[in-house]
Amino acid sequence: MGNLDFSLLSWDLFGKFVAKGFYFSVTLTVVATLGGIFFGTILALMRLSGRRALVLPATVYVNGMRSVPLVMVILWFFLLIPFLIGRSIGAELSATITFIAFEAAYFSEIMRAGIQSISRGQVHAGQALGMTYGQNMRLVVLPQAFRNMLPVLLTQTIILFQDTSLVYAIGAYDLLKGFVTGGKIYGGPEESYLIAAVADFVIGWSLSDGVKRLQLKIAIIR
Amino acid sequence: MAWDWQVFCKTTTDGTVMASCLGSDGDITYFEWMLDAWGWTLSVAGAAWVIAVVTGVLIGTLRTLPNSPVLVRMANAWVELFRNIPILVQIFLWYFVLPKAFPAMQAIPGFLLVVFALGFFTSARIAEQVRAGVQALPRGQRYAGMAMGFTTAQTYRYVILPMAFRIILPPLTSESMNLLKNSSVAFAVSIAELTMFAMQAQEETSRGIEIYLAVTALYALSAFAVNRIFAFIERKVQIPGFIVAGQTGGGH
Repeated sequence: MGNLDFSLLSWDLFGKFVAKGFYFSVTLTVVATLGGIFFGTILALMRLSGRRALVLPATVYVNGMRSVPLVMVILWFFLLIPFLIGRSIGAELSATITFIAFEAAYFSEIMRAGIQSISRGQVHAGQALGMTYGQNMRLVVLPQAFRNMLPVLLTQTIILFQDTSLVYAIGAYDLLKGFVTGGKIYGGPEESYLIAAVADFVIGWSLSDGVKRLQLKIAIIR
Repeated sequence: MAWDWQVFCKTTTDGTVMASCLGSDGDITYFEWMLDAWGWTLSVAGAAWVIAVVTGVLIGTLRTLPNSPVLVRMANAWVELFRNIPILVQIFLWYFVLPKAFPAMQAIPGFLLVVFALGFFTSARIAEQVRAGVQALPRGQRYAGMAMGFTTAQTYRYVILPMAFRIILPPLTSESMNLLKNSSVAFAVSIAELTMFAMQAQEETSRGIEIYLAVTALYALSAFAVNRIFAFIERKVQIPGFIVAGQTGGGH
């Protein structure tokens, strides 16, 4: 380890380079989680609707997204969006759209399991009260499904945060890129990877520890 | 937009369209390059899979050992370490940081470093599945082994692991497919695999959509093949009458 030189560690490294990337990674995670859950829920409802015209496209979309590496999906959107709208939109916006579209497939599987975990009696009770399908979903099924799935949804969000590093493929400025850029300027690219790893570990470990605690709490209430 | 699938029959040096889609005189076409890249993807993923399964089963088993708190804690630390750092960062650590910190490692080919990065990253996930699989077994299985006078090692070898192995086959299937997909991250350190091919060939030919479609199809095909292989194994090793604990769920 004696060959590594950590003199690049300074407030400037964080203030000038890392903070900007961290901000983007967090924004991307939050936006993609909210967007992914929104579209993922719609996809899940389509797959559970029992109507072929809805089930088929949703199934093809979800399985398609899930069988392709995220890096390829990032490259696809970066290539296709300018091709479709005729102008470039920048790596950051392209990455955001990609993550919403990609994560929707994963969140839809979580939501589908969540909705299916609600016992039939709940649905029947809603129907007996004269609720429409929409009311039943909105007032009875989805709130319980969200609650049951909360730990899994949060775990997926942590994975999403880790995956933001993959925007490296199109050069978007995320947390990792912040470390790498700063590392190059301060003459320690290798060391900057190690510092990035430590930062990622601390973030990932404390978040997943939080989820574990939450899981225990929920388990007791139920 | 017009399709131009001929791009795959072009040579990579001067772009001549070869009638056979195969290069000659040491020159190769994009089609051959892509097959070569597919080979790299499968080799990286395959080699990493072996490391991931061996390490993952070992670490996962250690985590379930009775009366060995130190080993359990070390195995838990392994899982936390390799699970909480993004795969791309881990690849950089193996490829750039370790050889700089330990100059002796500079002799190790980059391919192997990436294989270790992917293998250990996946091992943490597999270890988690193995632990869950072992713990899903009824406690009586372990007691039965003890009652037979088995040592702990024998109990694991003859009773617990053969059962746990069958329980974890479904999650192991999806982890194996994830590993195949994660191998795409090797592009970042210039391993000549499919994603690297896609990026470079897109740049050289400007036929990105055709290139990406072909690469995406190869990824999907490979993932599907992995899925079928595991489904086959699952059927072959099925124990009649034994219902996988994970599937029944619920209960009291």
